[in-house]
Order: sequence, then structure tokens, then C-alpha cells
Amino acid sequence: MSLFAITRRGIGALAGAAALSLSLGMPAAAQTPPGVLIVGQIAEPKSLDPHAVTAVNDFRILMNVYDGLVRYRDGTLEVEPALASDWEISEDGTEYTFTLREGITFHDGASFDAEAVKFNFDRMLNEDHPYHDTGPFPLAFFFSAIEETEVVDDMTVKFTLNEPYAPFLSNLAYPTGLMVSPAAVMEHGADFGRNPSGTGPFTFAEWRSNEAVVVERNPDYWDGAPELEAVVFRPITDANTRTAEMLAGGIDLMVEVPPNALSEFQSESYEVYEQAGPHVWFLILNAKEGPFADKRVRQAANYAVNKEAIVNDVLEGTAEVAAGPTPPAFAWAYNEDLEPYPHDPDRARELIAEAGAEGAELTFYVTEGGSGMLDPVPMATAIQADLEAVGFDVVIETYEWNTFLGEVNPGLEGKADMAEMAWMTNDPDTLPFLALRTAAWPDQGGFNSGYYSNPQVDELLEQARVATDQDERARLYKEMQTIVQDDAPWVFVANWKQNAVTAANVERFSLQPSFFLLLKDVVKN
Amino acid sequence: MTGYILKRLLSAIPVILGITVIVFIIMSLIPGDPATAILGSYATPENVEKLNRDLGLDRSPIEQYFIWLGNMLQGDFGRSYSLNRPVLDEVLERFGATLILAGTALVLCSLLGVAAGVVSAARQYGLADKAITFVVLIGISIPSFFLGMMMILVFAVNLRWLPVSGMYAIYGGGDLPDLIRHLIMPATALAVVATGVIARLSRSAMLEVLRQDFIRTARAKGVTENRVIWAHALKAAMVSIIPVIGVQAGFVLSGAVYIETVFQWPGVGRMLVTAILTRDILLVQGGVVVVAACYVLFNLAVDVAQSVLDPRVKT
Repeated sequence: MSLFAITRRGIGALAGAAALSLSLGMPAAAQTPPGVLIVGQIAEPKSLDPHAVTAVNDFRILMNVYDGLVRYRDGTLEVEPALASDWEISEDGTEYTFTLREGITFHDGASFDAEAVKFNFDRMLNEDHPYHDTGPFPLAFFFSAIEETEVVDDMTVKFTLNEPYAPFLSNLAYPTGLMVSPAAVMEHGADFGRNPSGTGPFTFAEWRSNEAVVVERNPDYWDGAPELEAVVFRPITDANTRTAEMLAGGIDLMVEVPPNALSEFQSESYEVYEQAGPHVWFLILNAKEGPFADKRVRQAANYAVNKEAIVNDVLEGTAEVAAGPTPPAFAWAYNEDLEPYPHDPDRARELIAEAGAEGAELTFYVTEGGSGMLDPVPMATAIQADLEAVGFDVVIETYEWNTFLGEVNPGLEGKADMAEMAWMTNDPDTLPFLALRTAAWPDQGGFNSGYYSNPQVDELLEQARVATDQDERARLYKEMQTIVQDDAPWVFVANWKQNAVTAANVERFSLQPSFFLLLKDVVKN
Repeated sequence: MTGYILKRLLSAIPVILGITVIVFIIMSLIPGDPATAILGSYATPENVEKLNRDLGLDRSPIEQYFIWLGNMLQGDFGRSYSLNRPVLDEVLERFGATLILAGTALVLCSLLGVAAGVVSAARQYGLADKAITFVVLIGISIPSFFLGMMMILVFAVNLRWLPVSGMYAIYGGGDLPDLIRHLIMPATALAVVATGVIARLSRSAMLEVLRQDFIRTARAKGVTENRVIWAHALKAAMVSIIPVIGVQAGFVLSGAVYIETVFQWPGVGRMLVTAILTRDILLVQGGVVVVAACYVLFNLAVDVAQSVLDPRVKT
């Protein structure tokens, strides 16, 4: 009967364990506290010093703790006043004079003035500044056009640029242009990133490593105090775990929902948000050698790839088909007349036959993952099948992200015919200027890894960069898009729609085309 | 015995140094550098060069290694590029979390594994033996990360008995019951495979011992069956079970990488994966030194325990 004894003991133990887990488990089902928004982030932030970071994940926190001189107007990528109430641009486009808003203080009590602005830019840009060693500041080159930052009076600051540089204002609206408290930098030195102080709607409360960053309501915020008492940013790197937390009620808002999990949230308990952003996913084609040196073959590739199928089936609707090099999110600079290359395998075969490139063998560089790369391996497989359907012979080589960048950025010559790539930028200038000009070939320090070269495009981009009138810039960018689409240096594939899910009791939330997360007006009932 | 332990500790030093050299060489050989990882799309040669200079990475790898070694011997593990904080703070904080998780899992798998093995052996081919062997086979065959996800689905999402992830509740937690609530699923998922392995080996070790003369003698003397199994036989079998637990400790530590990712446990395994992807060599080195030291120490403890149990093992 000892078998029975063992079994009885076993049952006892099992019942005990169940009771234990029940008694311990009850509070776990409790909802998140009222007035406190818990956000599921994709990773631990690197630092809360806006000048030291590069990742969207960090920007999502920073935009709620700091302000810049200017910011993007709600729902657009157009610049409006923030800490600066007004500004003037000199006739030749090299002097920007900002009038600062009065009566604003940093969270540490120090007042915001022209000296503080000067400190911010000097710290980033002058290697002999006493606090330059609190960096490094990897994106400081956004402001490399600044020759001098000058305090005109307490509330007026003037930037002198070494040449006209039209993206300057939108760069100021980027997180790299957020204003930090000089007093806090002096007090904390290199640890400022863990003891941040800005002027934003939320003040930093605590950072529990690998668990949470907590920010609390700033009741004195100059643009109206937030409704929420506090926001907790939780890093949850695994997308499935993030989804599970959302389903279990452990978080109120989740960003970057994996496409295949979206269907879980089609109910009254949740609200799903989508917003196309300044993102473009494309294939770089090697225009210097091999089959893609012929424009007709590059166009054929654009016709051959079934982009609709990729965004709808592979990406499950989390992206839109891209028409050209500039994402539609830059509404003012986007050429509405462009139609994406249709999926037309017959036209592709014709062009290939004309160019005599039938059966060409193509080496295709693919990454396993990486910033903005969406679902690169399944996308590559779909593209490979499309290209093989029109007669190419495509060989995929897959690399881990940093290795991949190390292969692609120095140029594809002698290695590959095509490579995946994606960019997210804050100004329509950035991507074409860094990746489509002749002067941006890899040997000259740019990202034109496919060696595209068209003097007309070069000229248009140079002009757009120095024109300070937005309408004039828009005209130049639109013309550039038409030429580039026809030249087809890339296969234009997708523009990513950022997504987020909130619990139904979270209101007045919206996603921004900048991909920033702005929580000032959010209400949790 | 003290002399033996000291000798073993001293011999661990070249092992750990050797590991740091290997890690350093591998990290230098894999393409990509921290500056490229930080800059991402903006990694122009010019920007990369400037950032490398700011990070102190413009020196030769050999020079970098010896600078690191010199600093490390003085207790300075450097600053992580990707986290912008001292490596040692990060590693120790993370390692504490891993020890709680892996330690619990190890205790769980040792107790359950040995118990299951003993029960199996005591009732060889009985119903309990068959049931345990069956369950153990399933346990060994399920990948732990999959089991982890299924547990989350059932116990956290559907039943809502346990929290999905993390180590403490974001609000109002932080005490021991809170920690245990968060620990139950990851520790169980991590322990399952090792439990299976230990159970199978305990069973065969016990069967071996139960066939020996001293067991028959004990039974002949009238010692109760429970005492024969749990005191006499198990003590002898432990000599071959303990080294298996030692080996499993290594598997549990490496398995923690997956489990920490699935359950968002703030441990050293997940930190190492991120550090490698961002080419954060100082963080990799710091993490590896601590994990290697821990592994060496645990193996030493296993060997000492074995020599205590079995006088035939000479120290």
C-alpha cells in the first residue's frame, strides 16, 4: 500500500502548491493603479541625457521630460514654437535668432534662459567645453552647421551657421535638440543621464535598473500640467511577453505590437492605434556593376516585387507600399503624384529581355533584424521568390545587424547586387542627402552604398538644403522624387506604420508621425 | 582540505584570465563595433571615427586589453557604452537577480530530481516508476522557452494567478511574497529539463546501489525500507548524483539566458545577449568574468562535497 501512500503524499503536495500559488497569486490580477500609466517599452533606455542617445526607445521617455526650442506640431512633422516663442532667420539663411519664453524653470529649480541654451549646444559641440566629457554625443553632428551660439540678452539667443542649412529647425525639434538643465549636468557630470532634469510635462522620479523608469506630473508645466499623476516605462524586450503583459492587464499601453499579435486586441477592452511615420524600407541596388548597372533592370526589379503582398501578408498590414525615396509622412515635401511601381511581372520580363539580363545571378544581403528593418528575413524570402519568378537567380546571404551594416555601409561593390535597408529620419533632406548623392558614395563618407549618381539629383538636393523657404524646398524635393523614382536606384518597398495598443480606459492618446510618444494629454479613467 | 581549496582557487585565476583573453579576441574578430551599433543608420566613417575616439576605442586591441586588465585588477571594470554606467554596478545588480532565479531553479531541480529518481528506483517498473519516467521524458523534451511562454499564457493571461514578467511588482511590491510570485514560473520553467536529467541519473545511480551487498545486509538487520532507501542507499548514490548536479548548474546558468528573456527577468544572461549585440565589450567582459568565477566556485563546491561524501575521492 506504500504506492498509495506516495500518491496521497503527492496529491497533498500538489494541493498545497496550488493553494500557495492561489494565495500568492490573487494580487497579481489587480489592475494597474489609477492615474498612473504603465507603458511597455521595447528595451531598457541607455541614458536619459537626450544628447547622448540615438534610439527611438529612449526618445519615447525623453520627449515627456524635456522640451526643445521648437517642436513638431501635433500630428505633423512641421515645426512650431516650444521653449522659444518666436524666431527670425537672416536673409542669407545663416543666422537664427530665437526669443525664449519667459518664466520657465527646469525641474531642479534653475531658470531657463539664453545662457542655458548656449551651455546645451557648447557642451555637445565644443571639445574643450568643461562638460564635453559628459558625453559622447553621437548625434551632435545634427548641429555641426553651428559655428557659434551667442547670448544676445537673457531671453534671446543667436545661432550663426557656417553655411545655410535648411534642416536646422527640424533638427532642433529632434530629441538631440532637447534642453537639459546646466546646473544638473554640473552636479552629476557623466551620471546626468541617470539624474535627468528638463522643463517637460513630467519630472524624473526614479530609475530602477531593468525594471522601470518612473516620471511624475509637473504641476507647473508651462503648457498646461498633465492629467496623469505618473508614467512608468517598463522595458519588456520580448514582443510575446509584452503582448502577454498587455493581455494580462500588467501594462496600460504597449508600443511596437508584433503584426501577428494585433488580432488579439480586436475587442472592446483595447484600442489599437496606427500611424505612418518618416520611415522607408527599400532595397539598395548596386548601380555600379552587374545587372543593376542598367536602369531597365533596376526598374524591372521594382515591377517584379509584389509590394502589396509584402505589406499585407508578411507585415499583416503594419506598413504601406512605398512609392519613392521620401515617406508620405513628410506631407509638405511629399510628391502626391507619384504612384508606386505596380506589380507587373510581364513588364519586368520585357525590360530584362531588352537589357539582355535574363537569368542573371544576384547576391542579396539580408539582415536578421535591426532598427526599422521590420521582418527582414520573411520579407527577403518573398522578394527572392518574386525576383526568381521573372527569371533572376537570387542567392540570399544573411547577417546579424551590426555585421550587416559593416558589410553594406562600405559599399556593395564586388560583394553583392542588392541589400535590404531602412531609414527613419526627421527631415526630408536627411536620407537622400546621405544616401543618394554622388558625393555620398561610401568612399566619401556617405551611405550611397549602391553608387547611384545623377547630377540633376545632386543639384536639387544641394539647392533644397540651402533654401530657407519651405515651399521652395518642397518643390525641389518633389522634383527629386520624380527623377529618383524613374532612375530606380532602390526598390521602394514599404513605409512602416507604427502601432500601439492601449487599454480601453486610456483616452486622448495619439501616435505621432515623428514616432515620439507624447503623453501630456493622456487620461486614464 | 584548506590547502586543497586554496590550490583550486589559485588555479582558477589562469582559467578566468584565459577566458577573458578568448572573449576579447572573439569580440575583436566579429565585425561591427560599438560606434556603429550606437550610430545605426548614421554610422558614417567620420562619425564612427569620432565616436570611437570619444569611447577610447581608437587604440590597438592589445593595448585596449591590457588597459582593461590593469583597471580590472584594481577593481575598475570600466563603463558600459550601451548603458552609460559602471560595468560592475550593472553586472552585480544583474547577477544578484540571476542567482536568485538560477539558485531557486537548481534547488528545485535537485530536490525534485533526486526525489523522483529515488521513488522511481525504489519501485522499479511499478506504476510510480512508469509515471515518473513518462513525465521526466516530457520534461526533458520540452524546450524551456516554449514551456515558459505556455506557462505565461495559462497561468498569467488566462487564469491570472501569477504576474507575466519581471522580478517585482511595479507598484506596491518589493517584498518576499512578491518576489516568490514572480519567481514561480521562471524558476519552474528553468528547472524542468535539469529535473528530468537529474531524475534519470538518480534513478540509475540508486538502482546500482540497491543491488549492493550492504543494502541487503541493512535489510537483513531489519532496518525499515524507508531508512534503507533514504538514508543508506541515497547517501551512497549521492556520490554519483552530485557531479551531475554540478554539470546541470552550468546548463541552468546558460538556460537562464532564454528564461530571462521570456520572463523579462533582470538577470545577467539577458544583459550578456544585449551587450554582445551592441558590441559592448566591457560589459561582456565584466559579465563573463563574474559568471565564470561563479561557475568555477560552484564546481569547487561540488568537488569538496563529493570528497566529504566519498572518502575514496582524494583531495
